Amino acid sequence: MAATMKKPADAPLTAAETALVAQFGHRSSHLPGNADAVMARDKAVQTIKAHRLPTRKVEAWHYTDLRRLLNQFPDWRSDVAAGPADPLAEDAHRFVLINGQLTERADIEGCQVEGVADALRADVGGVALDAPADADDAIGAINTAFVTDGVRLSIADGAEIARPIELQSIHDGGQVHTRNLVSIGAGAKASFIDRHMGSGEAVLASNVTELTVREGAEVRWIIVQEQGAAASHLGKLTLTLEKDARATIFIANYGGRLVRQEVHAAATGEGADLTFRAINMIGEKAHCDVTLELDHLVANTTSTETVRNVVTGKAQGVFQGQIRVAQAAQKTDAQMACNTLLLSDEGGFATKPELEIFADDVVCAHGATVAEIDEDHLFYLMARGISAKTARGLLIEAFVDEIVEELEEDALIEALEIRIADWLEAHG
Amino acid sequence: MLEIKNLHARIAEDGTEIINGLNMTVKAGEVAAIMGPNGSGKSTLSYVLAGRDDYEVTEGDIFYNGESILEMDPAERASAGLFLAFQYPMEIPGVATMQFLKVALNEQRKARGEDELTTPDFIKKVREAAGTLGVEMEMLKRPLNVGFSGGEKKRAEILQMKLLEPKLCVLDETDSGLDIDALKIVADGVNALRSPDRAVIVITHYQRLLEYIVPDTVHVLSKGRIVKTGDKSLALELEAKGYADIIAEAA
Repeated sequence: MAATMKKPADAPLTAAETALVAQFGHRSSHLPGNADAVMARDKAVQTIKAHRLPTRKVEAWHYTDLRRLLNQFPDWRSDVAAGPADPLAEDAHRFVLINGQLTERADIEGCQVEGVADALRADVGGVALDAPADADDAIGAINTAFVTDGVRLSIADGAEIARPIELQSIHDGGQVHTRNLVSIGAGAKASFIDRHMGSGEAVLASNVTELTVREGAEVRWIIVQEQGAAASHLGKLTLTLEKDARATIFIANYGGRLVRQEVHAAATGEGADLTFRAINMIGEKAHCDVTLELDHLVANTTSTETVRNVVTGKAQGVFQGQIRVAQAAQKTDAQMACNTLLLSDEGGFATKPELEIFADDVVCAHGATVAEIDEDHLFYLMARGISAKTARGLLIEAFVDEIVEELEEDALIEALEIRIADWLEAHG
Repeated sequence: MLEIKNLHARIAEDGTEIINGLNMTVKAGEVAAIMGPNGSGKSTLSYVLAGRDDYEVTEGDIFYNGESILEMDPAERASAGLFLAFQYPMEIPGVATMQFLKVALNEQRKARGEDELTTPDFIKKVREAAGTLGVEMEMLKRPLNVGFSGGEKKRAEILQMKLLEPKLCVLDETDSGLDIDALKIVADGVNALRSPDRAVIVITHYQRLLEYIVPDTVHVLSKGRIVKTGDKSLALELEAKGYADIIAEAA
C-alpha cells in the first residue's frame, strides 16, 4: 500500500482512539513479549496516535472509513465464561482460543505446534513483532499493539494432514487480538478452518495470519466469520506462494457489525496458483469489506477470484480486488469476478477491481455485477406452487451455494450452506 | 372448471392492451385448443392465467371452479391445481432439478394441508414419471433446465406436470422446437393425464400437435379475443385455409 495518508489534521482523537491509547497504557505490561516486542507494540500505538485511524481519504480505506466506523473500543474482559464449540467439520483437529488465550491444542503427526504467547516471550527462535511499516496498515498496527496469543504451526515437508485443522477463536465480549503463523512444508498438504465466532456482546477482534506455502505444497484455508451483530472484526491474512504451490482461500462472512478482512497474497514462485473465493452475507446495519491485494511477481502463475455477496437491510458491502502483475510475470492468468445480489433498496455494495499490469503477455480479466432477484426466475418457481419466500430463498441460496459447492467436500459444504440458510431465515 | 369472462389485460409496464374482451369456458375432462397467429395474445393469455405480474387485468374476471383467481399469486394458483407448461422454460443456475421438484411438490402438499413426501417416496415417484417420458435421472441432477436441449426442456415441463398432478393444465406452444419423436413422447405424456376431472388447454400455432393431442374444442384467438369456436375439424380448416381467411370470415 502506498503511503497516501496525509498528516491527519490536528483533529482531536476520537473516543475509540482515546480508549485505544489509554487501554494500551493499562494493558501493555500484561501483554506477552520480550523487549523487542514491547518496543514494536509501543511503536504501533504511536503510529496510530500520530496518524489517527485511516479515513476514506486513504485510498485503501476509501469505502471503509475505519475512523468513523470503529466507534467503540470495548474494555477487556476478565470474566470470560465461554467454552469451545463443536468443530465445523466433525473430524477436525481442534485448536481453541478463548478471548485470545490458547486453551486447547491438538497433537498432529507431521506438525509442530507452539503457542504464540510463548513464542513472543522467547528470545531465541521466537516470533518477532514488527511495527507496521505503513500507517495504512491499521489492522497490523492494532494487532501488533494488543496481540495476546495464537497458534504457530509448521507442517513438515511432504506431510499430508488428512483431517482438517480448525483454529477456533471464541469471542465473549471485550478485546480479542490473535495471531496465527502457519507454514506448509514443501510438498505437504493441509486444510484449515479459521473460525471466528462469538456471543452478542460488543467485541473488537483482530486477527493477523501469516501463511507460507512452500514449494509444491497445497493448502485450503477457510475463514468462517460468524460473530454477533455487535462485533467489529479486523482480519489480515498474508499469503506467500512459492514455486508450484497451490492455495484456496475461502472467506465466508455471516456476521459482525463492522468487518474488514484483508488478504495480501504474493505468488513468488513459478507455477503458483491461487483460488480465491468469498461469500458475504451482509444484513441489517452491517458493514463488511473484503480487500484482496495479489502480486503476481514471477512468470507462469495463475489465479481466479470469485466473490458473491448478498446484501439486505441497510447493510453496506465492499470488495476491493487489486491484482498487480510485475514486469517479469509473463504468462500470468488472472480472472476476477464480483457478483452481488441486492435485496433491499437501502443496502449497497461497492466493488473496486484494479488491475496493474506491467508485463505484456498476460491474460487478466475482471467483471462486477449488482443485481436484484430475477423476476422471471421467481415467477417460474412460483408457477410451480413454491411460495414467494421459499422461492426467493432458493434463488439466493443458489447464487451463493454455487461457490460453496466448489469445495467438493460434503460435510464442509453442508456446514457452510446451513449457515447460509440460517442467515436467510433471520434476514430474508 | 375454467370460465373467462370479458377479460381485458395489458402489459403493466407500458399499458399495451393485449387481451381485449376474451370469453371462453373449459369444462372438466375437456381438452381445449387455442390457436392463433403470432401476436394474437396466446402467450399473454397463458401468463395471465398463471398470474404473472408483468400483466394487468383491467376488466373482466377469471373463474376457476367458480372462484375468481385474480387476487391469487402464482404459487397459490399452482397449489390450487393450475399448471402452465412454459413455451420457454427458465434456466435457473444453482438450483438442482431434483431439489426444485421436491420443494415444489412439498410446498403444494403443505398448502393443501397434506403431509410432505419422504425422500424415498419422492425419488420413487420421480423415477416412475421420468421413465415413461424417457428422462434420464442423470439429467435431473443438473441445475434446472440449464444446458437442456429444447426437447429436454419440454420433457422436463411435462415431467413436472405429471408429478404435480394439476387439475387444469395450460400448455403454451409445447410443440415449438420439438422434432417428431419428442413431440410424440410429450403428447403421450399429456394424453396419459387426460381424465374426467382434469382439463387441458393446448395453445399452439400449428395443427400438427393436435394430431397427437386430439382436442374436444378448438378456439381461434385473434387480437386478444376468441373469434371462432368449433370442434377438432376447425383445426384442419385453419390448416387448409390459413388464419387470415378464417379470421376474416368471423369478423
